[in-house]
Amino acid sequence: MLAFIIRRLLQAIVVMLTVALIAFTLFRFVGDPVNMMVGIETTAEERAQLRQDLGLNDPIVIQFARFVGNSARLNFGNSYQFKTPVIDLIADRFPATMELAFASALLSLLVGIPMGVYTALHRRSWLSNIFLAASLIGISLPTFLIGILLIFLFPVTLGILPSFGRGEVVRIGFWTTGLLTASGLKALVLPAITLGLFQMTLIMRLVRGEMLEVLRTDYIKFARARGLTDRAVNFGHALKNTLVPVMTIAGLQLGSIIAFALITESVFQWPGMGLLFLKAVQNVDIPIMSAYLLLVAFIFVTINLIVDLLYAVVDPRIRIDARPA
Amino acid sequence: MADTTALLVTRITTRERIRAVLGSDLVYSFLRSRVTIAAAMVTAIIVIAALLAPLIAPHDPYDLRQLSLLDSHNPPAWLSGGDMRFLLGTDDQGRDVFSTILYGSRQSIAIGVMATLFAGMLGISLGLIAGYTGGTVDAVIMRAADIQSTFPAILIAMLIDGTSRALFGEQRNEQIVFWVMVLSIGLSFWVQYARTVRGSTLVEKNKDYVLAARLIGIAPVKILFRHVLPNVVGPVLVIATINLALAIITEATLSFLGLGLPSTQPSLGTLIQIGQKYLFAGEWWIAIFPGITLAALVLAVNLLGDWLRDALNPKLR
Repeated sequence: MLAFIIRRLLQAIVVMLTVALIAFTLFRFVGDPVNMMVGIETTAEERAQLRQDLGLNDPIVIQFARFVGNSARLNFGNSYQFKTPVIDLIADRFPATMELAFASALLSLLVGIPMGVYTALHRRSWLSNIFLAASLIGISLPTFLIGILLIFLFPVTLGILPSFGRGEVVRIGFWTTGLLTASGLKALVLPAITLGLFQMTLIMRLVRGEMLEVLRTDYIKFARARGLTDRAVNFGHALKNTLVPVMTIAGLQLGSIIAFALITESVFQWPGMGLLFLKAVQNVDIPIMSAYLLLVAFIFVTINLIVDLLYAVVDPRIRIDARPA
Repeated sequence: MADTTALLVTRITTRERIRAVLGSDLVYSFLRSRVTIAAAMVTAIIVIAALLAPLIAPHDPYDLRQLSLLDSHNPPAWLSGGDMRFLLGTDDQGRDVFSTILYGSRQSIAIGVMATLFAGMLGISLGLIAGYTGGTVDAVIMRAADIQSTFPAILIAMLIDGTSRALFGEQRNEQIVFWVMVLSIGLSFWVQYARTVRGSTLVEKNKDYVLAARLIGIAPVKILFRHVLPNVVGPVLVIATINLALAIITEATLSFLGLGLPSTQPSLGTLIQIGQKYLFAGEWWIAIFPGITLAALVLAVNLLGDWLRDALNPKLR
């Protein structure tokens, strides 16, 4: 088990270093960092001085090592647009993205699992067919289009629910939350649905598929033969065994929810990290771009790692298979 | 050497070939599914309309002389205040929404197809090489694929787009943007092709015909592309169809986020972005009609992909 953990950790570190290399290449070679930081009136001497201070004259390998060291200490330099430390800008917007991501993840699980179970148990009912058709549309509609249709339906046509922003927020330490005010909760509804819809259809189809598979197995037949009630068989035996793969996928999807949040944030002007990144791409603010890249990579790698380790705990076959042949 | 093998194969006439196609399982399953026929028709209508846009569009949205701000913000023809010249209304610059949709679909489909082709060529080549060569080359390519697949494609496309902004600066004109989009979307979708093709190449390379080709001294590149490639390309078709839908969505999303095609040369995503600003003024037609077109196109292509996957999967027969 220990060898497995170490091997997975090493893989994670290699991935992070590769991403850091891309981020560093962006920072160092796409546009000149000195030109980006100073105005037109700066003299050549001052530029040379700044170049020396930033260590841009050192060998590339040393520069990269310094970049990795700084990033590990969350020092991403200053934003070209705002002239303030990137980490402050990100920390400021981190809670907004996280609340949106978790609200949508929760929504997609709470609605997706029951829908999946229903469509698996009542395969031929008309409601199942409606759910399945709707899920196909949910997969085909781009996220931003869902957001626009929701805005058109609720705030514009019906005049209910806000269409942009986060509402009133309460500050608790470094965290700002919109979950404690009525306007904050209202503002969360449409963005959470927009972001959660795709995951919801995904989870529904997954639960349905797994459930149909499980219902065919011998131990379910045996449970029915023992005369257990439908409820006990369906929920006590079948659903329980369905949930392991579902939890894995749901965990992995959390990472893409955080990444896809940027589309939803753009539609609803939600003041999160994604919107910050989007503005950074439009204005070629490379420190923010590389910091966001590293952050998302870190979140992805961490989630992957945790899911893999949990899987190895649950399923001993993985530990054995992972041994080099 | 290749000539001797050609002589052994019996000649197949064109008529026999057509009969073989019409009698195949693929056509049979196509004609049996009404949903698939409908999807194929929707796709065909949108693609043909987009191809013929310069001929059938009532107005040329790129020709600034035809535009008049007096015509801007017109509702669709059947609403009060609508103008019969503009069937689906006009946008903020007085462009006919129906014509911009035709030209916009053209852009969306062109970028989607080019990006899918690019991703396919890159992925297939890398997959063939990785599978056939093995060893270090294989390990490097597949680890790169692993790393890339941990990121959502849209993020990679955005990153490449952002880099191009820094590299080209002010010279980023429409022509460059088109190819940057193709490149960034293509580069973010190659992994799936490479994995699939590598898997089938590993199986194929141990078969006798590859051994025979190697024994008679055919160059490895020729073996790969002339002999192995035709045998591994089947599953790729399914991936390509589904990826086409994804590529169109990605292009629309990038354009919607303001990172794609400019409003002077709009794709469907750009049109929706323009229209979003006027949603609150009650001018829903600017965003909603391009939105419906986009959704219909993607849904239809997805349905075709689903059908192709089931039809080519022998397990489901």
